[in-house]
Amino acid sequence: MTTHTLRLSLGPILYYWERETLFDFYEQIAKSPIDIVYLGETVCSKRRLMRDEDWLEIAAQLERAGKEVVLSTLTLIEANSELSKLKNICKNEQYTVEANDMAAVNLLSGKQTFVTGPAINIYNARTLSLLAKQGVKRWVFPVELSRDTLADILEQRPEGVETEVFAYGRLPLAFSARCFTARYHNLQKDDCQLRCIDDPDGLLMSTREDDPFLVINGIQTQSAKSCNLVADLEDMKQLGVDVLRISPQSKSTIEIINIFHDCLHGKKLIQDASEELESLSPTSTCNGYWHGGAGMESVNQYFNEKKAETL
Amino acid sequence: MSNTNNTMELVCPAGNLPSLKIAVDNGADAVYMGFKDDTNARHFAGLNFNDKRAQEGIAYAHQRGSKMFVAINTYPQPSGWQRWQDAVDHAAQLGVDALILADIGVMDYASERWPDLRLHLSVQGSATSQESIDFYHRNFNIKRAVVPRVLSLKQIKTVAENSPVPIEVFGFGSLCVMVEGRCLLSSYVTGQSPNTFGACSPASAVQWKETDAGLETRLNNVLIDCHGKDESAGYPTLCKGRFSVNKNTYHAMEEPTSLNTMALLPELQKAGVAAIKIEGRQRSPAYVEQVTKVWRAALDSAQQDPENYQPQAEWLQALEKVSEGSQTTLGAYHRPWQ
Repeated sequence: MTTHTLRLSLGPILYYWERETLFDFYEQIAKSPIDIVYLGETVCSKRRLMRDEDWLEIAAQLERAGKEVVLSTLTLIEANSELSKLKNICKNEQYTVEANDMAAVNLLSGKQTFVTGPAINIYNARTLSLLAKQGVKRWVFPVELSRDTLADILEQRPEGVETEVFAYGRLPLAFSARCFTARYHNLQKDDCQLRCIDDPDGLLMSTREDDPFLVINGIQTQSAKSCNLVADLEDMKQLGVDVLRISPQSKSTIEIINIFHDCLHGKKLIQDASEELESLSPTSTCNGYWHGGAGMESVNQYFNEKKAETL
Repeated sequence: MSNTNNTMELVCPAGNLPSLKIAVDNGADAVYMGFKDDTNARHFAGLNFNDKRAQEGIAYAHQRGSKMFVAINTYPQPSGWQRWQDAVDHAAQLGVDALILADIGVMDYASERWPDLRLHLSVQGSATSQESIDFYHRNFNIKRAVVPRVLSLKQIKTVAENSPVPIEVFGFGSLCVMVEGRCLLSSYVTGQSPNTFGACSPASAVQWKETDAGLETRLNNVLIDCHGKDESAGYPTLCKGRFSVNKNTYHAMEEPTSLNTMALLPELQKAGVAAIKIEGRQRSPAYVEQVTKVWRAALDSAQQDPENYQPQAEWLQALEKVSEGSQTTLGAYHRPWQ
C-alpha cells in the first residue's frame, strides 16, 4: 500500500466570464479543499475584463487561504503585444508560472522553476528530462496520451519533478488563428465584440445527427464530453501522479472539487462519484485517452474490473 | 534573422520515388520525404520511402543539385522511442541535407549524436514567435524553422525579422486550420493524431455510406458530413465537416479548401522568408509536377521583378485544378480569414 497523497489543482478558467463572476467564483474556491489554483487568461489576449491587478488581488486572497497560486500564460502567442505581456508575467518573482507555449519555456528556462501546461508536448522521458534541467518542477501530462505511456515516462522520472494529470473537465483539443465564436456570429476576429462572454461553458457544436461533439471557445476547440478520471484515482496513485487537475465549468465546480476530495479521503465510493460527476458535467463524460483509446470513448473501469473478477 | 540573399528556396513534397524525381526535374531546390512508419506526419499506407528507394532518391536529387530533407516530425512515446532514434541515424547515414524535427527529445538526441547534421524545426513544433524559435536554436542549434499556418503576413514579417534563424512558410496545399502540433481532434475521435501516429482523420477510421439523405461520411461512427446528390463529397477531414451550432448547420471550422499564397510572394521575399514549402506528400506525382512547375515559375518571376510581379492566370488555374474543394484561400496570412 502506498502512502503517496494526491493533491488537487484547479486549472485556469478557459472561458470568458464577467469580472464580478470571477471574483465571486474565486472567493468560493478559497474556501474549497483545493490545493493549487492556476490563474489567468490562456486562450485569447482580447479578453481583458480582468486587469493584472485583479488577478494579483485574487492570487493574494487565495494565498491567504493557504492555496498554492500559479500564474498561467497564453497558449498561442502571435502578436508582439502578446509576447510583451508574457515577458511581464515570466518576470514576476512572487508566483510560479505555467508555460503553455515554448516561448514561455524559453523565457523561464534557467531563470526560475516553472510548470508546463497541457499544450507543451512532453511525450517521452528524454523531453521531460531536458526540460527538468531547464527548470520544470511540475508538468501536466498531455491529454491525448495514455496511462501506459505515463507509466513508461515515470519509470525514468527526473528527480524532483511532479506530475499533474488533467482529471476532470472538457478537454482542450485544438487552437487556431481563427476565432470560431466570431465565425459563428458572422463577425471578423478583429471585430469579434467579445461575444464569447455569452457562453460561459463555450458554444456546443453537434453533429448533424444532434450528437454533442465539440465545443467552440473562441480560438480554442474543446471536447463536448468532460474528461473524468475519478475511477482511476487508485491507478494514478500507484503510478506516482502528484496532482489532479480539475478544469472549471460555470456551474458546480465546487461540488466537483468536493467529490474528488471525498474520494481521495475515502469518504465517497468511486461508483457514486462517477455517477455524480456524470450528472454534473454539461453533456456527459469520457476517459478514452487515459485507457489508450479514442478520447471520446468511455471505458467503464469499475464494470470491467467486476467482469474480470467473475471470469 | 532575415534571409539575406533575396532568393527563396522552393521545398517540394515527395511521397514516393516518381514524385521525388518529378520535383527535382521541375525545379525544386529541395525535396522532403519521410520513412515508411509513424515517425513522419504523412504516415499513410503505400506512401514514403524504404531504404533502397531513399538511397536512389537522394542520389538522384544530389546529382542534379537539389537538396534532400527528411521529416521525422511526430512525437515518440517511450514504447516507440527506438524507431525515432533509428530514423534519425538512418537519415544521417543516408547523407541527407537536413532533418525536419518536432519533438524536443528527438532533437536532443539528433544534435548530440550527429552534431554536424543540419536540423530544421518542423511546423509540428508549433513555433509561432521568435521567442519560441530561440528555444530550439539555443538548445539544438537549429538552422531553420517552419512556422505554422496561423500567422498573418504582418506576424510573419515580425517573426522573420526577429527570429535567430531563417524561417520557412507554407505556400500551397492542404490547409490546417488549427496550429500544427497542437491539434488533438483526430485522436479524440479515432485514437490516432498527427502527433502520435502521423495522420489526421486516418483512412482506417473512415466510413462512407449511401443513404436517402445523401452520401454520409463518418470517422469512427461520428458523422462528419452528409453530401447531397448535387454536392461533391471530399475526404472527411474532421475540421472540414459540417456541424450544428444552435441548429445552424455549416462548416463550423473550415470549408474544404487549399492554401495558396502565390499572390504574396514579393512580400514574403521582402520579409526575408528563406523558403516556401509546398504541402502534399500524400498527393500524386501529377500533383507534384503541376505544383512544382508553377511555383518554380512564380518564384523566378517574383525574384527577377518583384515590383511588377503578378501571378499569371494560367498558374492559378493549374493550381485550382489540384486544390481541395477546387478552391483556394490566403488563410491566416489574410487577416479577415481569421
